[in-house]
Amino acid sequence: MKPAPFKYIAASSLDHALSLKAEYGDDARFLAGGQSLIPAMNFRLARPSVLIDINSLNDLAGIDRSGREIRIGALTRYCDLERDSDFLKACSLFADALPHIAHPQIRNRGTIGGNLSHADPASELPAIAVAMEARMRIKSSAGERQMAASEFFVGLLSTDIQPDEMLVEIAFPSPKPRSGACFMEVARRRGDFALAGFAAMVTLDEAQRCTNLRLALCGVGETAVDASHAGFSLIGQPCIPEAIEAVATGVREAIAPSGNVHASPDYQRHIAGVLAMRAIGTAYQRAIHAA
Amino acid sequence: MQPDRHDIELEVNGTTYRRGVESRTLLSDFLRHELLLAGTHVGCEHGVCGACTILVDGAPVRSCLMLAVQANGHALSTVEGLAADSGELHPIQKAMHDHHGLQCGYCTPGILMTMTAFLKENPAPSEDEVREALSGNLCRCTGYQNIVDAMMAAAQAMRATP
Amino acid sequence: MTTRFFGAPIKRNEDKKLLTGQALFIDDVELPGMLHAAFLRSQVAHARVRHIDVAKARKHPGVVAVYTADDLGAYWQPGPVLVPPPPIAGVVVNPRTQVPLVKEKVRHVGEPLAIVIAESRYIAEDALDEIEIDFDVLPAVVDLEKGLGTSSAHVHDDLASNVAAHVHQTKGDYRSAAAKADLVLKRRFRYEHGISSPIETRGVVAQWNARASQMTVWDTTQAPVFVRNGLAAMLGLGERQVRVIAPFVGGGFGPKIMMFYPEEVCLPWISMRLNRPVKWIEDRLEHFFATTHERGQIHDAEIALDRQGRILGIKDVFLHDTGAYNPYGLTVPINSQCTLLGPYVVPAYDSTFTAVFTNLPIVTPYRGAGRQHGVFVIERLLDLAARELNIDPAEIRRRNLIPPDAFPFKNEIIYQDFQPLEYDSGNYEPVLDKALEIIGYDQFIKRDQPKLRAEGRCVGVGIACYVEGTGIGPYEGAKVQVQTNGKVSVATGIGTQGQGHFTSFAQIVADQLGVDVTEVDIVTGDTDQFYWGAGTFASRGAVVAGNAVNEASRVVRQKALKLASDAFECAEDDLVIADGKVSIVGIPQKFIRLGELAQRANPMRGAVKPGTEPGLESTQYFGPPSGATANGVHAVILEIDPLTFELKILKYVVVHDCGTVINPMILAGQIHGGVAQGIGNAFYEKLSFDDQGQLLNASLADYLLPTALEVPRMELDHTTTPSPLNPLGIKGAGEAGAIPVGPLFAQAIENALDLAQKKIELLEIPLSPSRLFELTRKADHP
Repeated sequence: MKPAPFKYIAASSLDHALSLKAEYGDDARFLAGGQSLIPAMNFRLARPSVLIDINSLNDLAGIDRSGREIRIGALTRYCDLERDSDFLKACSLFADALPHIAHPQIRNRGTIGGNLSHADPASELPAIAVAMEARMRIKSSAGERQMAASEFFVGLLSTDIQPDEMLVEIAFPSPKPRSGACFMEVARRRGDFALAGFAAMVTLDEAQRCTNLRLALCGVGETAVDASHAGFSLIGQPCIPEAIEAVATGVREAIAPSGNVHASPDYQRHIAGVLAMRAIGTAYQRAIHAA
Repeated sequence: MQPDRHDIELEVNGTTYRRGVESRTLLSDFLRHELLLAGTHVGCEHGVCGACTILVDGAPVRSCLMLAVQANGHALSTVEGLAADSGELHPIQKAMHDHHGLQCGYCTPGILMTMTAFLKENPAPSEDEVREALSGNLCRCTGYQNIVDAMMAAAQAMRATP
Repeated sequence: MTTRFFGAPIKRNEDKKLLTGQALFIDDVELPGMLHAAFLRSQVAHARVRHIDVAKARKHPGVVAVYTADDLGAYWQPGPVLVPPPPIAGVVVNPRTQVPLVKEKVRHVGEPLAIVIAESRYIAEDALDEIEIDFDVLPAVVDLEKGLGTSSAHVHDDLASNVAAHVHQTKGDYRSAAAKADLVLKRRFRYEHGISSPIETRGVVAQWNARASQMTVWDTTQAPVFVRNGLAAMLGLGERQVRVIAPFVGGGFGPKIMMFYPEEVCLPWISMRLNRPVKWIEDRLEHFFATTHERGQIHDAEIALDRQGRILGIKDVFLHDTGAYNPYGLTVPINSQCTLLGPYVVPAYDSTFTAVFTNLPIVTPYRGAGRQHGVFVIERLLDLAARELNIDPAEIRRRNLIPPDAFPFKNEIIYQDFQPLEYDSGNYEPVLDKALEIIGYDQFIKRDQPKLRAEGRCVGVGIACYVEGTGIGPYEGAKVQVQTNGKVSVATGIGTQGQGHFTSFAQIVADQLGVDVTEVDIVTGDTDQFYWGAGTFASRGAVVAGNAVNEASRVVRQKALKLASDAFECAEDDLVIADGKVSIVGIPQKFIRLGELAQRANPMRGAVKPGTEPGLESTQYFGPPSGATANGVHAVILEIDPLTFELKILKYVVVHDCGTVINPMILAGQIHGGVAQGIGNAFYEKLSFDDQGQLLNASLADYLLPTALEVPRMELDHTTTPSPLNPLGIKGAGEAGAIPVGPLFAQAIENALDLAQKKIELLEIPLSPSRLFELTRKADHP
């Protein structure tokens, strides 16, 4: 399975990369980690005529926690996220999810920007971006724009990125006080795509009642699914099991999974509910201990 | 279109190579058929089986998911570089031999490279940690048990004589 | 004769080469001027081909040639039938074999339509895009029952139906047995195996040397001698003009013995035409279609028992998916039919199967070779009977085991070796006892499980028994030669795909000739070195080739002793062979090295005496009259998450009897590997075809092979009941680990989830969390 021919250009700067993309448009793809793109090219499912290698653009990598947000450069590799223990402490959704993303050999190359731009519906990071209400910073040689994660993922393997644009940075709100988060998934084997994955963020008041609940799923729709509205019944309430169960029921009703070779739609719906119970429960416990 | 060719310079197992490569040549094919370092094996060309795992700047990666041209300027390690120049086996190779950790041997180079890097960062792993580290390398012959035993023994041997 | 090495866990001679990346695998073969092949494969399962246009592809830069079926001319012919119909009364067989390139009709996705030869594989794949196919899609035959229906499309137009074969075998009288039964249970079972998916795919390199009129073929085949003979015949060459080399092969498991694959047929012909070496390496995507599968059967089975749970008789009617062609004859379903009888006394048996052509890849043996299917049926029938009769599952098996004084045990029906099925030796109850003891069966049921259940955990135990027919003929041979440097060289015709022949055979030689095991150099799989024999399959390498190696070594030993006794002018009884030398007992300083004896045995002056041969060399053959039956018991304790149905194995035990053991370390490795494949088969590996014969999960991301996290640590034990059928007393072991895992999982999962109480039965393999959810839900919401 060998890729079709293409022209390879190693971008020398971000401006260079963006001007090339403006020139070639959809005929060109950015090569970052390559862990999704190259398999697709080996299968000849992707046949870009131009590959713009952006791996040397080190300014696009890095985790900046200096401000009110956590800003992660798109070229940051999974392994660098895994090695940053302060970052993992601050973002437990990442701490939970990263060990489920493929295997270390993939995580040594793959990037967060590549993952989010690829927008695989079963991928963990889009669900986390939606749960955390991340902001995507997108650049082209014409300028720059920002958009919410919830609007960024538009369909199956598609994002709002235009033919001349590149995702350059993702900003995550810093964790609020008295909040806890948890990501869980069910997959056939460790590292496989999730049959369903669930990200829960719970914020509490001083009386340990829920003041904010962010819920998102992967693997159960064409994009990551924001199911936070299913949690409205929990707002202002203590997170007792019955209340969480009601949210889980709401989650099951809110999604329309289509099933795949590994799971029937009903099984996906069922485990989404199970994961909701477990992830919200754990997020709640973490919120209590965070106080 | 005319093949798109690039000149690259890279280091493999301490030796510098300068070659011209077509842009689409996979790093796995470059190592095997251009440099004739055929110890790195190809099993799937979609990054799942792990047979092609090598080290790039010390980190294990799938050589089937990298283009040769991307290796320009980097230092690679393959299975051919594990044993000493004298021929003495690396402790991890010796442990695999002692514990019958290979049968057909096809997945073995990928496993050796993955685990050499893993044991360097985790010199005293538990069995569960070893299994997790191995989970990105598929073996169809051994059922993994002897490989796990070999890795635990290699870790112990390397701790004893660093 | 010493037994220093035989029976010992000797480390492998072949390891260093493999560990340092120096072993030659097929894709490592690099030849000057070598070209590369890529096949255009059908994207649809069933179609009539009207026209293949390769003109554009032929002009693609870097392409040297493109061939279709028409270009092959008279060379094009369907492959041979590898296994003729068994001598069973009333057998119906419609042999239809695969073709080198499709001519008029495509019969499965992946069937090759054309072959491109180019300067690189990359360019060859580019040129595939430029081939245009004009075809009419036909409805695909995928479902076995629908395939036998009157309105079904026909896979082979010259047949009136999709029946590939029909076989009916009986033992005793089932009808009267059932009439006397206290319980008759009838169920439908579905068992699907999977694909072998070795980490190394297939490959062929062909090199025609026109000046020497020699064809050399490197091939990842498990049967180099057969491939050589067949290719010679096809190419119009003498057998000695063709050399087939099976290099190091990265896993065989059965499908690599299938022949003749289209690629094996096309590449040598192309090399002759172009007068250049040509290489084809199967990529992983191709492997899902181009290498054979072992798939599914549907069994409607019934068992008649008395109220003690003793089997009075079994009746089984089953359908077998043979795929688009059936070159391997009836081996797989006959194995299912025979192995269903298991280690049990089954006084009456009535078994019928229909093999059905489908528009899916060819089915040939894959580790277990159909035994899994039969074992699933009998083990599940016993479990269901145990439920009804309120007998413990281990106990119902115990009551039916063939007693040790009943051997050789005749099961009468014809087996894959064309002999009436007969178990040579066995002692089954101790194997069951050991397995129950090691798994802690009684303690688990009485103490541990109730405690775990009280904690809300779903943990269950399973126990499954099986027999494995091994070591069948026809024969193998070996040539053993002591060289003048004292090292011993051995050549045999079978190939090696990881089974450790380079060591296990060396152990046999080392003991016979009193040399160190590292002084023995084994060559397997090179027809220039040895060109008689069948191949590595059906768990027969150690038994058949091992015994040939033993016999040849024994003869060489006798020659050495004779020569030395002549030299020392003493009786052969006064001599001992050890440490590479022959010496007089009690006078170690009077010795001759074996190498020296070899030199003396090759006189450069004088003459070789009539009736003798030069050198210390012998070629001997071994052909067992029938197969030797090994047996075993697997036991497992596993846990199921009651909500997600994810599974975790907590303890896994294998107790096994394969007679005398050559190398217990290698044997354990074979069991580990077999169990891993069994676990894959039971719970992870499923080929998902749609109703048009498209495989929906053709990648290793979606065809799930077990990893180090899915395969547990296993505890192994064994008993030894030697086979009387060969001098070494050995039985085969290669497939044992893979055979009973399906029913084992079904039983343990039923136990873990207490499905008996919910009246839910697991009658299919593979299972999965999603499937368990569907099956258990049906009971809650019918």
